[in-house]
Amino acid sequence: MNWIQEPWPWFVAGPLIAFVMILLLMFDKKMGMSSNLRTLCTICGAGKASSFFKFNWKEQRWNLIVASGMILGGFIGANLLSENQTVNLAPILVEDLKEMGFDNAGEAYLPSKLFSNSVFNDAKTLMILVLGGLLVGFGARYAGGCTSGHAISGLSDLQLPSLIAVIGFFIGGLLMVHFIFPFVF
Amino acid sequence: MRTLIYLVIGVLFGIVLFKSEAASWFRIYEMFQFGSFHMYGIIGSAVLIGSIFIRFAKKGKIKSFSGNTIRITSKEKGFYRYLLGGIIFGLGWALAGACPGPLFVLAGAGYIPILIVILASIVGTFLYGILKEKLPH
Repeated sequence: MNWIQEPWPWFVAGPLIAFVMILLLMFDKKMGMSSNLRTLCTICGAGKASSFFKFNWKEQRWNLIVASGMILGGFIGANLLSENQTVNLAPILVEDLKEMGFDNAGEAYLPSKLFSNSVFNDAKTLMILVLGGLLVGFGARYAGGCTSGHAISGLSDLQLPSLIAVIGFFIGGLLMVHFIFPFVF
Repeated sequence: MRTLIYLVIGVLFGIVLFKSEAASWFRIYEMFQFGSFHMYGIIGSAVLIGSIFIRFAKKGKIKSFSGNTIRITSKEKGFYRYLLGGIIFGLGWALAGACPGPLFVLAGAGYIPILIVILASIVGTFLYGILKEKLPH
């Protein structure tokens, strides 16, 4: 059972993600994680500000339960199924990242530069996290879906809008990493 | 019963995203640097298997557990919203190193600062709702 404690290769993870999507379809549901962000807005009373949030959120209750399960899954994955959480990267990437100040590249799951608790005393890093979240939330709803809804579910259904959105994801991601990162890090 | 099923599906999805390292900022950076096949393999194989299933489902050969026809509602026609929204999402995905699924996973894995990203993503969704009518779709 040692393999389960190791990082799972793509040819295990990809089919399992497809299995999750198929299971949801078998229960008459469609995979889409960012929809939960809209539901949370509605629960917080955003319907008063925009009709976009006026819908019966209880119809999305199932999806909030899936998201709760994912939180639990993250806990299990990190605490029970990982002897060592280190993400192994190519030496050349580790070198680049260390030059940008990501000291624990190749030695951890997440960069301490962005996700250690010391960020709460660091205004610049807090701004980066806030900006990242704003872009993810705004962009996902504008595009009508995120990685699960467009890249997995939409592309599997060969939908043109999803292909356009995924091309957009990559344009945005490449712009960020190659042209904006040098100014940020 | 249904609640338990959805919870178990979520747990499975969460474990897969954590263990495959798709929830790691480093893996997203690596993907946009074309530094490894890993993320492309995950997304590509998921789409391949998903599309085979949906192909059969659409021919009516597979029914859902409740006996219904399986269909994915088509996304509305459009171009700008998908391209512009996609680009904005991609910028955030690379910066925060996480898309909505992994946000939940990382919260469970115990990374407290991810809560800031989650809160901001809810605010971002709210801002879209407010500005929706003014945006090209």
